[in-house]
Amino acid sequence: MRIALLADLHANREATEACLAELARQGCDHYVFLGDLVGYGADPGWVVDAVRARVAAGSVAVLGNHDQAVLAAPSQQMVPEARAAIAWTRQRLDAGQLAFLGGLPMQVEEDDRLYVHANAWAPERWGYVSSRASATRSLEATTRRLSFCGHEHRPALYYAQPGPSGHFQPVAGRAMPLPGARRWLAIPGACGQPRDGDPAACCAVYDAQAGSLTFLRVPYDHERAAARIVEAGLPQAFAARLLTGA
Amino acid sequence: MKLGPGRAIGGFTLVAPLHRGGMASLWHVSHPRHADFPLLMKLPHLGYGEDVSKLVGFEVERMLMPGLCGPHVPRFVDSGDDGDQPWLVMEHVQGGTLRALLDEAPLPVDRVAALGAWTATALEDLHRQHVVHLDIKPSNLLLPDDRQAGAGRVVLIDFGLSHHAQLPDLLAEQFHIPMGTAPYISPEQVLGVRHDPRSDLFALGVTLYHLATGQRPFGNPTSQRGLRRRLYQDPVPPRALVPDLPRWFQEIVLRCLEVDPDARHPSAAQLAFDLTHPEQVPLTERAERARRDGRIDVARRWLRSLGREAAPVEQRPAAARIAPLVMVALDTRQEDRELDAALNDLVQRIVQTAPGARLACVTVMRTARVGMDSNLDSAGRNRHVKRLVAMRHWARALRLPDHRITFHVLESSDVAEALVAFSRDNGIDHVLMGARGITGVRRLLGSVSARVVAEADCTVTVVRRSRQAAPA
Repeated sequence: MRIALLADLHANREATEACLAELARQGCDHYVFLGDLVGYGADPGWVVDAVRARVAAGSVAVLGNHDQAVLAAPSQQMVPEARAAIAWTRQRLDAGQLAFLGGLPMQVEEDDRLYVHANAWAPERWGYVSSRASATRSLEATTRRLSFCGHEHRPALYYAQPGPSGHFQPVAGRAMPLPGARRWLAIPGACGQPRDGDPAACCAVYDAQAGSLTFLRVPYDHERAAARIVEAGLPQAFAARLLTGA
Repeated sequence: MKLGPGRAIGGFTLVAPLHRGGMASLWHVSHPRHADFPLLMKLPHLGYGEDVSKLVGFEVERMLMPGLCGPHVPRFVDSGDDGDQPWLVMEHVQGGTLRALLDEAPLPVDRVAALGAWTATALEDLHRQHVVHLDIKPSNLLLPDDRQAGAGRVVLIDFGLSHHAQLPDLLAEQFHIPMGTAPYISPEQVLGVRHDPRSDLFALGVTLYHLATGQRPFGNPTSQRGLRRRLYQDPVPPRALVPDLPRWFQEIVLRCLEVDPDARHPSAAQLAFDLTHPEQVPLTERAERARRDGRIDVARRWLRSLGREAAPVEQRPAAARIAPLVMVALDTRQEDRELDAALNDLVQRIVQTAPGARLACVTVMRTARVGMDSNLDSAGRNRHVKRLVAMRHWARALRLPDHRITFHVLESSDVAEALVAFSRDNGIDHVLMGARGITGVRRLLGSVSARVVAEADCTVTVVRRSRQAAPA
């Protein structure tokens, strides 16, 4: 089984389409969406429909904080611009799409793998895995050997060892065998809003037979995605972010 | 777990034990779907008292080996876990390691240089796959039995201490002690640096020293303090132990053993090149050294080494980029000043942008397919010498120091084939050559440059003279 991993799609149709095409080309036969299907981008309806169709066919999707926010009153913790985008997004989703988001689980366990948007220790509180310490905390909170998370938009790979967990900055396109009993936590990086200075969309493939993980960078028409955000009247900053990947 | 013949692990059947080492057992295994070459299974010992770093080293091998390929590493087959017992299956390369040769040391210098060149070629292959071996020593260098006539080869084994630039370094993250084998470990490894391919050149230098003199250049220290001596104590020059050793050999080995990696060969390919072209090795003060440095020099270096720590990890660009082997094919018989100048100009730009680049100037003397060729021209002058003089003249404008340029006159009835063979045998990264105009003969025989472009396994640039107004 070749598992496609996509996180933080953020209503970015162009990025999602490009990643799905690349992942299909890589022979993926199982898709996992690690939350935050909406928020920021101009195409929430299209992205939700695309994920919903795949989930109906056996794919997995978990809830992200942006998905949760459009279902309820936006959290006061969110920055004002993000809150405005949530309100805009909510207006563009029909009842069926909102119901699909409402039915998403916080986390899913499958064989030796955990899929969760933010972390394993308190998924509903949305704490970030952004350091060795937080990765250690998350790795200790699950019995599964492999954790796949989103939320943190930069790709990263952490692994359990005595003391604080190890950290590795993945190299796109390099298959990494994750053998033996060691426990790993992988963040594929954001598909719809990369934040590491490279505008190319992030996703990853886990080959369950070979036990190897490959991070991918997929260039897409990010200028078009940015223009659509501006046309929709959403904050300019969201568009600028797609252009620089920062 | 009880291991015995007939036991099945991961679809493989244990056939016979090959070796029970301190860290792992090696078994000859069989598998119905992998019958085309002999298989070896490695099973690390588990349990209390086992060295944890060795177990992590086994994990490192399981991560690294599936991505390695080529004639200088055993082929990876499969790995897995049988309950708690991890295992790894790879090609069983039949042959003996260089360990056995240490008992016969000192060996003749030609033999040592050949072994060194094969190992350096294997290291270059490994380094190009983003891996630094970090445990080069005779027992990890294997001479396969199946050698084709004339073509020697070394296979590198045991990647338990290796570093892959594109994979997590499990050892560096978990252990903060120098890792390596005491007699061979490089000074920077003693400081904890694990990403410099030139560490392998140091260890190869220790190996060559040992094979050629019968002695270890730095002994076999057993303490951290003993290892740190490598930062300031220079070895006894090999010629002080074996006076018959040629100066070029001492030059090469002492350059490998430089404390500062920048003072060593910039790449394994350049070391292999020196070992296969000893007559072209530029000799420096190293070649003449007759004894160790005096106590004052050593004391000065010792003072400087105090409290020295590894510089922050900084990924070096690949050696092929900063220290490529560049070859320029010169046709010294044809008079085409414009083309010579254009070629000279481009070579200059390339060697300027890559400060570690080395240039091999090559020309081919056509020999008749049958019959004897006189090596003397009608005026009785040696044709070889004339070609060398012409090449040196062409190269003068480059103003390259001696250690960055070599000259080679080849003889062949097939110019293109000779150029392709030279580039392949010497690990050349980039071939530059001029395109000649279309003449009647050229049209008939096909162009040399077109064949080199098609057949060489590296980058080839064909240079043309600048465009001129077409003749009326």
